[in-house]
Amino acid sequence: MSRQRIPLITELPLVIWLVLVWGALWQDFGPGTLVFGAIIAYAVVNFFYLPPVELTGRFNVLWVVPFLGRFLVKLVTASLQVFWLAVSKGPTLRNAVVAVQLRSHSDFLVTATGHAISLIPGSLVLEVDRSTSTLYLHCLNIASAEDADAVRRDVRATEAWLIRIMGSGQDLAALRRERAEQ
Amino acid sequence: MVNDVVVSVLLISGALLSLAAAVGLVRFPDLLSRMHAATKPQVLGLLLLLLALAVEFESWVLVPLLVLCWVFQLLTSPVSAHMVGRAGYRTRHLRRDLLTLDELDDVVARAAVDHGPGAHRQRNGGHAGQEADGVP
Repeated sequence: MSRQRIPLITELPLVIWLVLVWGALWQDFGPGTLVFGAIIAYAVVNFFYLPPVELTGRFNVLWVVPFLGRFLVKLVTASLQVFWLAVSKGPTLRNAVVAVQLRSHSDFLVTATGHAISLIPGSLVLEVDRSTSTLYLHCLNIASAEDADAVRRDVRATEAWLIRIMGSGQDLAALRRERAEQ
Repeated sequence: MVNDVVVSVLLISGALLSLAAAVGLVRFPDLLSRMHAATKPQVLGLLLLLLALAVEFESWVLVPLLVLCWVFQLLTSPVSAHMVGRAGYRTRHLRRDLLTLDELDDVVARAAVDHGPGAHRQRNGGHAGQEADGVP
């Protein structure tokens, strides 16, 4: 077995997450449960080896709350829209596959953006081109080129939020330059 | 009393979103649009049902467990939707006459010309197949 050793600091977010899951499952966050959970988490991380997720090393908590608020608002409106589309349009619905070019080339951010987009009803990631960071989305109820443009703007806005929360310094600088040019 | 009203409103709206999914499954025309109905409304529907549970039991130790339920739903549902959608597109289980725009089709056609028919397998392995790495 040739596998490289992962430094503990890279594994730390995963271990902390597993300890929290352990506490939540037992519905008990006492020190005994947490210590035992940490031992099990460390064993699990080492026995069931996965390549480490490359985080960007930045995390801005201040942007998380407005992002979650925006996410929830969009979730509610989009769920109602899809419901309404099912009732009113149904079989006459017209869709589109839209390509959206993202700014960031980090796998982590592209995945996070695709995930956030997929969770909001009305869009679904069909294919990802890693070399150019392009997402191909299947979107409901796209009748014209303007609708497709609106989708692109929306996805890039979601990506901008995620860059502000946890993008690399490089991506953040690029985003700031882009905003300054506008 | 107030609790009961809140719980019933949350439970009923959560159940209505299941109804939305069912209506969508019956009424939408092809696989990919049905995928939207099948996977998405439940992100909000489950949230409402879990909120109802939290209000009903009024116990703080239950909250992390409910949050965990929702987080796992958030992590898994886009991945399954992506896998089914991708397989559906590749095996042509979609009605192209319903699409007003297909920007992936152009890319696939261009790649097929660039690499020739013999390079098809290599293209799938080399570039489009890699995005599975990005999925946690």
